[in-house]
Amino acid sequence: MVNLANYKDLVIGDRVIKPGSSEEFKTGDWRSMLPVIDLDKCIDCLTCWIYCPDDCILVKDDKVVGIKKTHCKGCGICAKACPKKAITMVEGEE
Amino acid sequence: MTPAKHSDIAINGDCAVALAWRQIDPDVCAAYPITPQTIIVEKFAEYIANGEVKTEFVCVESEHSALTLCVTACSAGARTFTATASQGMAYMWEVLPIAASMRVPIIMAVANRAVSGPININNDHGDVMSARDTGWMSLFAENVQQAYDLSIIAPRIAEHHEVQLPCLMNLDGFILTHAIERMTPLDTHAVKKFVGEFKPLYPLLDVEHPVSHNLMDGPLFYFPHKYQTVKAMDKALEVTKQVFKEFQQISGREYNLVEEYMCDDASCIAIVLGSSFGTMKEAVDQLRREGMHVGVAMPRLYRPWPISDLAKVMKGKKSVIVMDRHLSIGSYGPMFPEVVAAALENEGEMPKMYNYIYGLGGADTMVSDFVSVYKDVKEGKAKRINYLGVRE
Amino acid sequence: MSTLSLKDLNKIPVRLASGHRLCAGCAESIIARQILMGTEKDVVVTCATGCFEVSTTIFPYTSWNVPYIHTAFGNGAAGCAGVESAYQSLRRQGKITKDIKFVTFAGDGATYDIGLQALSGAMERGHHMLYVCLNNEAYMNTGIQRSSATGMGASTTTSCAGSVCYGKKEYSKDMTKIVAMHGVPYVAQAAPHAWRDMITKAHKAFECGGPSFINALSPCPRGWRFQPEDSINISKLAVDTCVWPLYEIENGTDYTLSPESLKIAEGKVEKKPITEWIASQGRYKHLMNERWEPVVEEMQEKLDARWDYLLKLCKL
Repeated sequence: MVNLANYKDLVIGDRVIKPGSSEEFKTGDWRSMLPVIDLDKCIDCLTCWIYCPDDCILVKDDKVVGIKKTHCKGCGICAKACPKKAITMVEGEE
Repeated sequence: MTPAKHSDIAINGDCAVALAWRQIDPDVCAAYPITPQTIIVEKFAEYIANGEVKTEFVCVESEHSALTLCVTACSAGARTFTATASQGMAYMWEVLPIAASMRVPIIMAVANRAVSGPININNDHGDVMSARDTGWMSLFAENVQQAYDLSIIAPRIAEHHEVQLPCLMNLDGFILTHAIERMTPLDTHAVKKFVGEFKPLYPLLDVEHPVSHNLMDGPLFYFPHKYQTVKAMDKALEVTKQVFKEFQQISGREYNLVEEYMCDDASCIAIVLGSSFGTMKEAVDQLRREGMHVGVAMPRLYRPWPISDLAKVMKGKKSVIVMDRHLSIGSYGPMFPEVVAAALENEGEMPKMYNYIYGLGGADTMVSDFVSVYKDVKEGKAKRINYLGVRE
Repeated sequence: MSTLSLKDLNKIPVRLASGHRLCAGCAESIIARQILMGTEKDVVVTCATGCFEVSTTIFPYTSWNVPYIHTAFGNGAAGCAGVESAYQSLRRQGKITKDIKFVTFAGDGATYDIGLQALSGAMERGHHMLYVCLNNEAYMNTGIQRSSATGMGASTTTSCAGSVCYGKKEYSKDMTKIVAMHGVPYVAQAAPHAWRDMITKAHKAFECGGPSFINALSPCPRGWRFQPEDSINISKLAVDTCVWPLYEIENGTDYTLSPESLKIAEGKVEKKPITEWIASQGRYKHLMNERWEPVVEEMQEKLDARWDYLLKLCKL
């Protein structure tokens, strides 16, 4: 028998009151290839950021600082889109 | 006949519902016209045109959109009303269980009408019975006064924070929607005070607290979410009783979970919904004059089903006749098994149970027809399922 | 909004969080993020049932940092209209003072097919809402069945290419123009590779003062059969071949080509042949067989005719 949730623990009416809670669901384990950014080549144009379907390009003070590995699905869009070829897809983890 | 009170008015059922709505003044009303509900929305459109209400009135392109619009408007934080009938309810059916599971206390007047086919615009309960398992509460009016009263009562039950379920307010098509009766309305101020401010739970438009509504449930959560509505329905029965009491205080009019007429000393009673309750009371009066110990009862609600009150009224009776104004082709009428199940609560004292299907598609059912039902039962002529008035 | 630098856009709080379960490389979230960058005001999101709805809201997780609501499949527009109606009522009563924007996301099945009536109704009634069609040209959520947005010749699970069939026999419905004919203030076609164009259009749509519609092409790696990394390239190819011209229509009559398509119209950029479009995706692969050459020729003719018609409407 599956362990069903206690109905009393659920907010009334199939609602979720914690915004953005899917951050707790780590889609990073879907990945087979990981984008690696060569920060020396990177010009912080943020092209990769605007095209990332999973909001996984980490940007701090207008600069690209890395990949959100917890959620990156490894689609490779960033590597293709980078005008400076600063991103390469590597197998497994770094 | 009692003399009319000074404030009494002559009004049809649809206009009485519209009047109640005007006095409540909901935030949003979205509806699509369908006979015999049309007068409700036409009358309400007049109130809009004359600036008598502040409601956002949306004339949608279909019933599917009407109910959808009500669900999201109510989720957004608006008190929301709509009305439909027959095919309209069939067309909005997809959204009915969604509304209940999203726990939005929408009030929907249903001008009960037969469902196609064959196409027929007259009264029976085919439309509302299709909503039986959707999670909506369902109230029934016997006359125009009750259609008005229940329109005022319904939001108080539906919006109760431990209920939060949508509610159907049924009035028989044409018989009540179009017939003009004498009625005593309440003062608008009293209605507003009784109904109170709408206090939505988790309103979508509270942008400071973003909430996501109606998510995809896997097997782990679907059942518990459904069970939440079961508990809400249970609570609704309790709340209904309380609201009826409060309504009596402002109106002097008494409502019960099960309305009884001459049931106390009766050996045979009938159970019926809607306007036929009035007709059956006439039949009971006539038979009582002939010395027959008969009575009639009407469940005020079909959902939640007032099981223990029904059991109480059936206790010690020799026979119970269930009058269904709808049929579930291939089985009993929809109410019959539910009345039988309620009778089981009386531990081992099962009356003889008879089911009559009657009045489909507006087939006229007169006092004399109901008289014959009681007599047939008494004389042992009744079968388990009977189709009243159908010539074989 | 005038400069639209990515560095400025990056400062807008994230409205669609990570952790949604769209396929890797799916363009739908790319489009939604861009659309939501089109306004800095508060926004309420509504969805029709579909890939995007399912993936972003699997209980007990939501990817939404803004208010979100969904009801069913064929009523995305009515759902958004309901929230907007509540807003109009409560604002008129002084219970809400904020300027809030409303957007609904729906797939092509929910827009072109089952939800067309609700969409038409909402556009006609004039609700202040933006309707975005995430157009991946088939019922992807149920397993790649054809819709009336599916291109001719595409193989789907209900319009299969086989020994006697080249895939879908019908051309797609021109939904963008159908909505425009409602006379609404703002309608546009967009594609996610052209992010500046998309965000500009979203901004115009949000601020147009009435109903608006953006038909956004959403390349689907799974359904169109291409590698996830190519979503953006495929999006660009759709514009370069004029399969998916970028343009906008104001008040139902004023057609304007958007920069990328305008360059093609002006001859500054070469219009690529449809064969490049066909070669880029597995769903059209069977058309590369010379047996179906006449079909491809007909597709090119039809596409050229549609493009010429659009140029005429744009007074070019």
